[in-house]
Amino acid sequence: MTAVLTRPDRGRVEEDPRPRYRLSSLDTKVSPYLFVAPFFVLFAAVGLFPLLYTAYVSLFDWELGADERTFIGLDNYSTLFTDGQFWNALFNTFSIFLLSSVPQVIVAVLLAALLAANLRGRTAWRMGVLLPYVASLVALAIIFGSLFGPQYGLVNDVLTTIGLPRIDWQANTFGSHVAIASMVNWRWTGYNALIVLAAMLAIPREVTEAAVVDGAGPVRRFFSITLPMLKPTIVFVIVTSTIGGLQIFTEPKLFEPAGGSGGGAEHQYQTVVLYLYQSAFQHFDLGYASAIAWTLFMIIIAVAGLNFWLTRRAVR
Amino acid sequence: MRHRSWVSVLLLLTAATACSSGGAAQDGKTELTIATFNEFGYEDLLKEYEAAHPDVKLTQRKTGQAEPHHKNLFTKMAAGSGLADIEAIEEGYLSQVMSKSSQFNDLKEIGPQVDGRWLPWKYDAVVKDGKIIGYGTDIGPLAMCYRKDLFDKAGLPSDPEGVKALFATWDSYFATGDQFIAKSGGVAWFDSAAQVFNAMHNQHEVGYFDKSDKLVVETNPAIKSDWTAVTGAVAKGQSAKLAAWSKEWEAGFKTDAFATKTCPSWMLGVIEKQAGPENKGKWAVADAFPNGGGNWGGSYLTVPKQGKNAKKAAEVAAWLTAPEQQIKAFKAKGTFPSQVAALTDPALLDSTNAYFGDIKAGALFAERAKKVARAQYKGPTDGQIQDTVFSPALLSVEQGKNTDEAWKTAIAETQKVAK
Repeated sequence: MTAVLTRPDRGRVEEDPRPRYRLSSLDTKVSPYLFVAPFFVLFAAVGLFPLLYTAYVSLFDWELGADERTFIGLDNYSTLFTDGQFWNALFNTFSIFLLSSVPQVIVAVLLAALLAANLRGRTAWRMGVLLPYVASLVALAIIFGSLFGPQYGLVNDVLTTIGLPRIDWQANTFGSHVAIASMVNWRWTGYNALIVLAAMLAIPREVTEAAVVDGAGPVRRFFSITLPMLKPTIVFVIVTSTIGGLQIFTEPKLFEPAGGSGGGAEHQYQTVVLYLYQSAFQHFDLGYASAIAWTLFMIIIAVAGLNFWLTRRAVR
Repeated sequence: MRHRSWVSVLLLLTAATACSSGGAAQDGKTELTIATFNEFGYEDLLKEYEAAHPDVKLTQRKTGQAEPHHKNLFTKMAAGSGLADIEAIEEGYLSQVMSKSSQFNDLKEIGPQVDGRWLPWKYDAVVKDGKIIGYGTDIGPLAMCYRKDLFDKAGLPSDPEGVKALFATWDSYFATGDQFIAKSGGVAWFDSAAQVFNAMHNQHEVGYFDKSDKLVVETNPAIKSDWTAVTGAVAKGQSAKLAAWSKEWEAGFKTDAFATKTCPSWMLGVIEKQAGPENKGKWAVADAFPNGGGNWGGSYLTVPKQGKNAKKAAEVAAWLTAPEQQIKAFKAKGTFPSQVAALTDPALLDSTNAYFGDIKAGALFAERAKKVARAQYKGPTDGQIQDTVFSPALLSVEQGKNTDEAWKTAIAETQKVAK
């Protein structure tokens, strides 16, 4: 408060270097930083420090609870890059990511376009699409796990009723990815649709009206006006869903029917974070798990950056 | 985000202050904590101990399940602080604990004289380099559970005496399985390959590791022959292919998916819960197990070196695991005692199970406990090899993978886990 109050006096007191002035000048310069400091102090404690410490741990043969730990340099990383299970996990992660994010963003934009229309009971519809997001993820995963049960699951019952072969959702790699992606889509599509909807409603009416006068139809208006003007929002949605999609953990963890973290009998749906978790808390190999964490961190930065660049170019 | 960080920091601070208590309390009492999971049946016993020892105050930290309890245990061992004065350890995690035995007190040194209290195999499992790390609490002796009605339908003997011959050896068990599935109309013989394999595996003197902690999974002929027997039975259709503890496995008890189940004493409760009242009288338990006896489950009480009052903690642990107290725990929560004297206690011998046709379950499992030949030596990553390598590998065979390929994968992953 003092900072604001003393500001108008600045011109006058500048010629009068009393100690009181020095104090208030310090106040002006320092206090804004003090006000934002809590966040950064906390971030340093619970965000930055673990991040750097993980990098440190990844250079050791560090077994959880062991008496001694040995420095092994970059050995964890070189093991990781020749570890078939890691590449398999990376493939699974990208496969599930693509199966979830691509349909999700497309459906979210279309859904937003529908919700933007003049519907009866507008708020109810808009709230409705958010409901899956409100439901507990764990409950959701258990329900989807039962739906996609290989022997007694509802989805297989429906498939056999309409004459299609049963799919072993646990054993079949692609099948398991579809099952997990459907969980992600169910939960996040509505959430993303609302974000897109908010941006859509903020588009000035004049632009659309001018296009109508020029004779543009609804489809043309959607692709030539709505979509380009949604660009920043779509970039945001894509970047956040990239970060979330590459870190996917809870869904595949709970999809494992007996509660392990192998991601299927042959790691059919073990994602990178699930492999990280298994290394750290089932094999107690903290050093290796840290190496996975850092590698994943780098991959996410690269992919999010790539997506950012691509979407900016594409929607321009 | 920021709000959440604040809340978590506050929680951490409260947790830290809550945990840092211990040692001597203001009123001169020695405060001891005991960390358990599931149900140990110790609630009344702790009060009884406090009444008899006015200078000791006991606090129990209960965790719902074994997995988070042990995750917490290993994390705090790594952190060097935060463990309870007495920590319970389940048999499945014992190999991991024994490989870090230097963090636990030698109870032979600091505890009271308790020689000969336990069944020898229960005791031998916690001895390392002459040190004893834990006091045995309960056990899970193995018997065979089976469906009487399905046995009748398939023309097999179904009375408890008649089935004994069928369950005499693993050979006779799998041979009967062939007979059964030929007439059962789609009902499998057992629930899951891993459930059978693990029981077979634990009967051998040498398992995945030899006594010098060398990995012998490839050279131990017993492992390969068990593998061949179980995967052979899977190929013939004896397995219901239900991964243990999955929702579908639980449903399998109700839907007549399989006819036999490797059955530790505590499994009777699981079957009763999953099969439900409508199947009462269909399930039976035989006083038999292929190739002798076996054990699955049971726990120990340990005294980590982190605690300040190790001697007093050891006294409490020794008192809790005495036969008289474990019988009370058995009455309270049905934990099956591991103490020799407790196995002849009338309270145990006269206990019956109504769901399994009023059978004298206590006496039956007491007999089964005596049939366990030895404690298999467990290497440092034994539990992980069972849970994260061999069980999934057998599941992959059940899902249709070629047996030889699955074996190769299992060997490769075992070497990775054991490195």
